Amino acid sequence: MKSPWVKKLFLLLILVLLVIFPAASPSPYLVHIMTLIFIWAYISTAWAYMGRFGLVSLGHGAFLGIGAYVTALLFNYFNLSPWIGMLIGASSAAFLAAVLGYACFRFGVIGDYFALVTLAVGELVALSIIALRDTTGGSLGFTIRNLGNAPLYFQFSNKVYFYYLSFLFLVFALYLWVRIDKSKMQKALRAIGEDEIAASSVGINIIKYKMTITIISAFLTGIGGVLYAQYITYLNPHTLSGVEVSLAIPFKAILGGMFDMWGPTIGTAMIVSLEEYIRVSYGTKFIGISEVAYGIALIVLIIFLPKGLYGTLKEMKIFKNERRRQYGCNKRKEVILRGR
Amino acid sequence: MLRVEKINVSYGEFQVLHEVSIEVKSGETAIVVGPNGAGKTTLLRVISGLLKPTSGAIYFDGHRIDDKEPHEIVELGIALVPEGGRLFPYLTVYDNLKIGSFAKRARGGFRRTLEEIFELFPILKERRNQLAGSLSGGERQMLAIARSLMSQPKLIMLDEPSLGLAPRVVSRVFEFIGKIRSQGYSILMVEQNARKALELADHAYLLESGKLEFHGGREDFLRNPYIKKAYLGI
Repeated sequence: MKSPWVKKLFLLLILVLLVIFPAASPSPYLVHIMTLIFIWAYISTAWAYMGRFGLVSLGHGAFLGIGAYVTALLFNYFNLSPWIGMLIGASSAAFLAAVLGYACFRFGVIGDYFALVTLAVGELVALSIIALRDTTGGSLGFTIRNLGNAPLYFQFSNKVYFYYLSFLFLVFALYLWVRIDKSKMQKALRAIGEDEIAASSVGINIIKYKMTITIISAFLTGIGGVLYAQYITYLNPHTLSGVEVSLAIPFKAILGGMFDMWGPTIGTAMIVSLEEYIRVSYGTKFIGISEVAYGIALIVLIIFLPKGLYGTLKEMKIFKNERRRQYGCNKRKEVILRGR
Repeated sequence: MLRVEKINVSYGEFQVLHEVSIEVKSGETAIVVGPNGAGKTTLLRVISGLLKPTSGAIYFDGHRIDDKEPHEIVELGIALVPEGGRLFPYLTVYDNLKIGSFAKRARGGFRRTLEEIFELFPILKERRNQLAGSLSGGERQMLAIARSLMSQPKLIMLDEPSLGLAPRVVSRVFEFIGKIRSQGYSILMVEQNARKALELADHAYLLESGKLEFHGGREDFLRNPYIKKAYLGI
């Protein structure tokens, strides 16, 4: 491992670069891409809060959609500022997570079965949004009322504000990751992820800890939905909810490596850049191909690189330095794949 | 200390335990002997709160515990060593022990308990930084027992501690259980290896097809002709 101060210096350098980036950037387009990376990195980090403990949700689109739609509808219909609305939106997402989580955890739905239940919930939310087309605009989506420059209403004429805002949110999500890592909740969840019966036999309240992390993850994801919707100023059930997004979020986290705090961010940076590159170079020729690619890549990753690209690289390094840790570490994939 | 009163337990339609009553007195070792599928593991799961009985009652230290959650029962001082040990294979020996003291009753005394455990099981001290999954079968069972002791229980329940171990290792595991017994813990052990287990028992129960067929002190148990023939092979 690098010595701590080298690491800190390196982080500080990146931080400074990212802060001055918009001023130094040659084009607003790059700032836009970076903003997208921040938003999705924030969301997939929030997803990995659960994912890394074996709570693989394939329905985070539900939380994303609820957060975004509740907030935007409150603004469009009742003129409620999204700054306040986002708390209501994210709380609604957290409430759904609490109901879903309690139902699953009470009856011991874990592993693959949990993933399936969440997958259904994500789709259910997307379908509900479409069904309520009189208010939500259905499949056509709807546009957030434009107020021009209205910081009090989460609208900025200059997109740079969104850059800094989403950057802050990402930093917060990473900070929370560290806080969770230092808490006793992390120890409890790790034990639960390995073996629930063993965890409860040492006195861990399984339902409590799983509920807590699920609610935190859903709340943050709900806020992520608001961030995205406010930035794009257009809401669509397919881009915010449903299977497509619900799979895209874990994919980013798993690609980078969900067991490491930087994994989801690195995975997101890779995916968003690649998507943009394909979109710009090949236009609409390959529309829809990304979902096929997601599916295939996800299968390959889970089988061969369960720790993701960054996680695997990092581990190889640890291996070199610390021979002792070689005992079966690579078999981490069982945490994701283990059912009952 | 522990009193199980006429519990009935079912998995769906299928009834596993019929009117089972047992008692473990403070400082005593009780064993439950019986063939596969008799409901021994089920009995321990019900006591530790992983399953709920359909009727009957369980008391521990004067508290009624049959409607409590598993983590609350650990807080009261009952520790379960599940079948096969159920360690956390990707955590180190030390982390396994650390998580063993997760219960509120044990958290404060972690350091002290850990020292006691290392004194009792020096091999675990040697292997403290090794992943639990890399231990041998006997060491794993030892660690499982040690982990349960970390919660500073009054009663330890052991589910088939000899399961899947070579005969020589079985003897060592029972030696350790003997050590723990002499430390004054109450023990409730479920075993198929009746002969070995009886050496440690103050009191024994015979469970067959979910019904208690016989119970008594060790001597009564050893003298019973049916048990002699069916379980001790004499």
